[in-house]
Amino acid sequence: MAAKRTKFGRGTHARGFPSVLAVVPAFNEAGAIAGVVRELRGVRPRVDVLVVNDGSLDNTAETAKRAGAWVVNLPFNLGIGGAVQTGFRFALDHGYDAAVQVDGDGQHIPAEIPALIAALKSTRADVVIGSRFLDEPQGYTTSPIRRIGVRVFTRVNSLVLGKKITDNTSGFRIFDRRALVFLSDHYPQDYPEPESVILLGRNGFVLEEIAVRMRERGSGKSSISTLRSIYYMVKVLLAIFIDVFKTPVEREG
Amino acid sequence: MPHRIQFVSAAIGILILAAVFQLIRKNRLLEQYALLWIASAVLLLVVSVWRNLLEKLAAWAGIYYAPSALFLVAVFCGMVIAMHFSVVISQMKKQNHALAQEVALLRHEVDRMRKPGRGSNRAESAGKAGRRKPVQP
Repeated sequence: MAAKRTKFGRGTHARGFPSVLAVVPAFNEAGAIAGVVRELRGVRPRVDVLVVNDGSLDNTAETAKRAGAWVVNLPFNLGIGGAVQTGFRFALDHGYDAAVQVDGDGQHIPAEIPALIAALKSTRADVVIGSRFLDEPQGYTTSPIRRIGVRVFTRVNSLVLGKKITDNTSGFRIFDRRALVFLSDHYPQDYPEPESVILLGRNGFVLEEIAVRMRERGSGKSSISTLRSIYYMVKVLLAIFIDVFKTPVEREG
Repeated sequence: MPHRIQFVSAAIGILILAAVFQLIRKNRLLEQYALLWIASAVLLLVVSVWRNLLEKLAAWAGIYYAPSALFLVAVFCGMVIAMHFSVVISQMKKQNHALAQEVALLRHEVDRMRKPGRGSNRAESAGKAGRRKPVQP
């Protein structure tokens, strides 16, 4: 990096507020997406809203567009990782200072975004995770198996990083430009959240957490069923195990 | 007295070589992916014809009946080729993902440029260099 720059050197908002893009990955979320977009458009200071339609079979795209979001349509389903990464690339292309990931199912509460932005500004973190478990370690989770999963990821990631991240599965996160540049090239594809914590940590990015509220999701609507949870855990743990043996990626600056 | 299996495996080796040659000639197989096939066929051919080598190989590997070492060689070649394909497929999937993302992003840009004033602001066409950040309506 040439000159020393503040983290939000390219901020375009008044009062020095960073320009932030909300990235909403959406796969068949026609029922919930309009509400999410409208809520996001109501956030002050304002964030721009990009819905990444991951090959939905319903009218997620039209609904999101009518609610006032930009919509990028992937030609086929890439999975959550590929969808979110598309949003990261958009944010980089258009010079945003930061991108916040928000689920398309209404689980995350947009009103918490200013707190994420504030944390990104006030700490030296590159990534701030909105955690359900920071205040109340038991938090809410839908099933025992998922509670075990959450605990396993906390243990494993703490062990690898030497820093406790309480909510590794939270997709409610804000990333600064530095992290976006890295993730636009390296982002896990299938279940990216826990693995990306390791990837970022091992590549020298600083992660912080703040406590956020989240809405409970109807158990039927959960994207991960009980049986899949096990598959999910094994797969992600394997990926994390391999990540430990990867040499950190060379980065400039 | 050579085993009949030697003739059979030598024939298979020659058949593979001929097929690969023909596929390349008709532009249906890239040389890059033919190399492993050619190497495998030649290896199979060599161990089929050269009885002594096969017996030494079998003895070294602890195989009592030398011709069955031919199967080992063939299976090994098949596995190497399959693994090579897995690597190639992974690479192609990555490229495919990157392409899908790029297409989606470009498509979005094109759609916005086609309807100025709708979905994007007019100031955008004021001729500033580079991709400027649009303003959400």
